[in-house]
Amino acid sequence: MAERVLMKGNEAIAEAAIRAGCRHYFGYPITPQTEIAAYMAKKMPKIGGVFLQAESEIASINMVYGAAAAGVRVMTSSSSPGISLKTEGLSYIAGSDVPAFVVNVQRGGPGLGGIQPSQSDYFQATKGGGHGDYRMIVLAPASVQEMASLTIKGFNLADKYLMTAMILADGTIGQMMEPISFEDAEIENYEKPWALTGTNCERKHNIVNSLYLQPDQLEIKNFERYERYKLVEQNETMWEEYMMEDAQYCVVAFGIAARVAKNAVVAARAEGIKVGLIRPITLWPFPTAPLAAAADKVDGFISVELNMGQMIEDIRLATQCKKPVGLCNRTGGMIPSPDQVLQSIRNAQKGVY
Amino acid sequence: MDHKRVTLFAGHYGSGKTNIAVNYALHLASEGKKVCIGDLDIVNPYFRTKDSEAELKRAGVELISPQFANSNVDLPALPAEAYRLVEDKSIFAIMDIGGDDRGAYALGRYAPALLAENNFRMAFVANCYRPLTRTPQEAMEVMEEIQQACGIRFTCIVNNSNLGAETTEETLTQSQGFIQELCRLSGLPLWMTTAQADVAAKMENVFPLQLQKKPFDLPPQKPAGRPLWG
Repeated sequence: MAERVLMKGNEAIAEAAIRAGCRHYFGYPITPQTEIAAYMAKKMPKIGGVFLQAESEIASINMVYGAAAAGVRVMTSSSSPGISLKTEGLSYIAGSDVPAFVVNVQRGGPGLGGIQPSQSDYFQATKGGGHGDYRMIVLAPASVQEMASLTIKGFNLADKYLMTAMILADGTIGQMMEPISFEDAEIENYEKPWALTGTNCERKHNIVNSLYLQPDQLEIKNFERYERYKLVEQNETMWEEYMMEDAQYCVVAFGIAARVAKNAVVAARAEGIKVGLIRPITLWPFPTAPLAAAADKVDGFISVELNMGQMIEDIRLATQCKKPVGLCNRTGGMIPSPDQVLQSIRNAQKGVY
Repeated sequence: MDHKRVTLFAGHYGSGKTNIAVNYALHLASEGKKVCIGDLDIVNPYFRTKDSEAELKRAGVELISPQFANSNVDLPALPAEAYRLVEDKSIFAIMDIGGDDRGAYALGRYAPALLAENNFRMAFVANCYRPLTRTPQEAMEVMEEIQQACGIRFTCIVNNSNLGAETTEETLTQSQGFIQELCRLSGLPLWMTTAQADVAAKMENVFPLQLQKKPFDLPPQKPAGRPLWG
């Protein structure tokens, strides 16, 4: 059996990043993700890596941009307000087509909000956040094991598609502890001939840049980038289906909300209600296909979210509004209880969404 | 089990300090003692003693915790009444210290009074399944950092080696070598071994713990549909 360790979600991300070959961490502390920085501060000096607490979030994301341009595996982590500060850098990283790994352990918003868990940065993560036409791969772990596995996956995907991969977690998964192992982690290595590693006067110099002086050149670049995004949609969409085979109702939830929802699905099944769960693991690319297929079979959907209803819009798009989609939510740092989700399922059975 | 007037639980982040502190407080209360538990964790605003407020109240245990605990005010401030823990000699005081040296700085303020009274037990809570205290040497490093931060030396060790919900008797048995070596290196005695109640029930001389916070009491997360890497 694989060696087991008891880890916090935040620690699992940090350890997995190191195992994925990340030796450059630039961050700035913020609750509830500070354990990532604390872990890196302890470990990086011992393994010849760099831990740097920057003077601000804006500085740290630009350090990530620089290190990524130099071709090394690099990351930063923050929580909601800190990610807002980093979004300018995320847009530049996207415009320069360099791979980066970013973690958002979400807390309540908007504004300074609160320090308790939330999923209210769904729009920010999946719809851009920063300016310009760009996408990020958004991974939504629902357990401490997945915090580790999706971190390694994220580094691989970022290198493969030359873009940012973001872990969109929440304070609860960041803070809670579960036994995990790292054994099945598969680290992929990609050549980076575009990287700024010094020419040694033996080749033409590389340029990493997001500025285009000619509009037609910028347009070509944007079209090319979206061809790459299309490949991500085709190849990398991940989701989990739970009890969907005969389901009459479909609960859709990601991250911690999915764990609560799964309990409610089990409880509703015990009451004889045929309900299942679709859990998006990638929020972008969004698992449109299984939801579209479910729309032809179920009577309705319930989106369970720790926000005012953000993913629900993607569910309506994916299902082309063929069936009603209800919202079961808490916000501001509160988490729905399994009973609240169960009540929404019972309501759906009565046609109330 | 003999009891000192003040018992302090300190150690690495997530080693189980709060859980043990609350269970030990309930144990003392069940022996009819007047017990007061102090939440001195200035580091972690998420899982803390205040989560067990209702249960402590039922058992007649007084709780002193930061005014802003479990709120959105991420302010590392301790209440003035925390001085009662060291000054009111009529109570059995339990002090739950925040993780690592960062958490132990808060204890320094009370160190002179504790050392003067000299009727305390300071327990280093160890879990060999935590990533940064996998070896006795790493645990010693954390122990030394805490001692330097608070100005008090540990007097004993608590073996709380566990793998959360996956803990079995074997999990504990396999921690023996680690704990023996940690005791040898530090020169400290093993005070007690702790485990969640269902595991402790199957073993001898293991202090049973009722888990204080299980926000998501769930079956294991094994994806039942499309495999994660499919």
